[in-house]
Amino acid sequence: MTQTDMDVQQRLPFDLDRIRRDFPILKREIHPGKTLVYLDNAATSQRPVQMIAEMTRFYRDHNANIHRGVHTLSIEATDLYEQARQRIARFINAPRAEEVIFTRNTTEGINLVAHSWGRKFLQEGDEVVITEVEHHSNIVPWQMLRDERGVVLKYIPMLPDGTLDLDYARQVIGPRTKLLAVTAVSNALGTITRLDELIPMARAQGALVLVDGAQSVPHMPVDVQALGCDFMAFTGHKMLGPTGIGGLWARMELLEAMDPFLGGGDMILTVTMAQSTWADVPAKFEAGTPNVAGAVALGAAVDYLEALGMDAVRAHEVEITDYALRRLGDVPGVSIFGPPQAQDRGGVISFELEGVHPHDVGQVLDTHAVAIRTGHHCAQPVMAALSVPATARASFYIYNTTEEVDRLAVALEEVSRFFGVRA
Amino acid sequence: MTNEPSLLDDLYREIILDHYRTPRNHQEMEAPTCSAEGANPLCGDTVTVSILLADGRVQDIAFGGQGCSISQASASMMTEYVKGRTVQEAGDGARAFQQMMTTGEPQDLEGFDDIDALRGVAKFAARVKCASLAWKTLEQALDGRAEPVTTDERTESND
Repeated sequence: MTQTDMDVQQRLPFDLDRIRRDFPILKREIHPGKTLVYLDNAATSQRPVQMIAEMTRFYRDHNANIHRGVHTLSIEATDLYEQARQRIARFINAPRAEEVIFTRNTTEGINLVAHSWGRKFLQEGDEVVITEVEHHSNIVPWQMLRDERGVVLKYIPMLPDGTLDLDYARQVIGPRTKLLAVTAVSNALGTITRLDELIPMARAQGALVLVDGAQSVPHMPVDVQALGCDFMAFTGHKMLGPTGIGGLWARMELLEAMDPFLGGGDMILTVTMAQSTWADVPAKFEAGTPNVAGAVALGAAVDYLEALGMDAVRAHEVEITDYALRRLGDVPGVSIFGPPQAQDRGGVISFELEGVHPHDVGQVLDTHAVAIRTGHHCAQPVMAALSVPATARASFYIYNTTEEVDRLAVALEEVSRFFGVRA
Repeated sequence: MTNEPSLLDDLYREIILDHYRTPRNHQEMEAPTCSAEGANPLCGDTVTVSILLADGRVQDIAFGGQGCSISQASASMMTEYVKGRTVQEAGDGARAFQQMMTTGEPQDLEGFDDIDALRGVAKFAARVKCASLAWKTLEQALDGRAEPVTTDERTESND
């Protein structure tokens, strides 16, 4: 360990050894003698035993369908489900727990807004503004709405350093703008969006703001009231929770005015063969038996993060990212995309290795048990703006260490050697 | 430095790396008889194949595009195999290649010895699409030939 390395280690805000013990998968030998280095957290995080235990406990001891049950298990299951909603609401500082709708993931949350709000309130010629750095899940639903309703879709372009062109934003957000839909952190480059600039621009024009929180809610303190947004979509599997459970927060008056998303059981007040009336929020948006165990387990994941403290989670990621920016920057042939300062990024580093396609980089790293993501990261417009077909992306979370960054760097040097790019 | 694991050597055989570093027939063609573009949307690999046919044979072939070592080496090796062969033989080669990717078995085909180096890819499910791209694009180009086959004078406008 170098001196710098030790300095960084000492600055880390929590006991990494203790945290790593909660994630048994991190001890897995992917190849003989090579323990996993998991650096694909922007795609999905790993899960602590506490969350897994909570999910198991639910199925083992409390399993029943929720709502309207008179038996003990159903009442317990309903309580656990609603308690999870309260914990998640508190986690993002939502004023009311009922404003959190359980969804499958961020994608479903955004589609819910496009469907239930967009189709009801947007008219031909109304404008929706997105950005060039969005994940496909915050582009495609709006393109579909445009094609269906004649809504005009505009976007704020990305500058070469991976940040958004705020001067252009001031021109494109105007009196016809009805919605600004923007990510808090670019999943492809890690750039933190200047929501403090963009949200007031939209509000000044009377537009609503949807924030894609998929890469922010798991990694930094998020306060929907302080942000001043109207919708916030996020997902559980990137924040220690199970797959198939996520959340959409929206202001109550919006949720009350919006139409249901799916029709079916649990979302109605009355049904006759002629017509139906809708249940109150949030049930109106949760048709059918929801992912009860997933919601309960996500509540446990939120507890885990709150025990660490989101300020500490963020501080750790800034330290690791800062270390990785310097360490990877020293590897011959590596070019890093996006802002140079760790403070301007989430825990995401997209890079390329001269002369080696990202796909090959990822393949060779896998033989060193280093797991990264390669490809377009569901952000093809970002790749087009950078004029690259794909990038390699390392992304960090609470359990990652500087030693793991070193293993990535050493493995990258071997990739160059393997492909004969450098002697 | 320790040796790379043998699994990796299975994937990146020396001849594959050689074709990746020095691709054959990697150029543009002025007036192809037929051509096709292939893309692998998952990883962003693209391959274009342009063919000049004469007397039912592949007189000349060129490829372009960008992608990982496996997709580009496979394209390069495909062009070497196909050049000078009949349309029938080229189609047989494409089918044999896809058979090799599905089964991992060697293919008993004349001139296929070098291409056998790509057989290791069959063990890497995520990379089979990379290796197959050029061969599927070849088939597409040859299929496209079927439409304007009676109107040779119009081939240029069919690009």
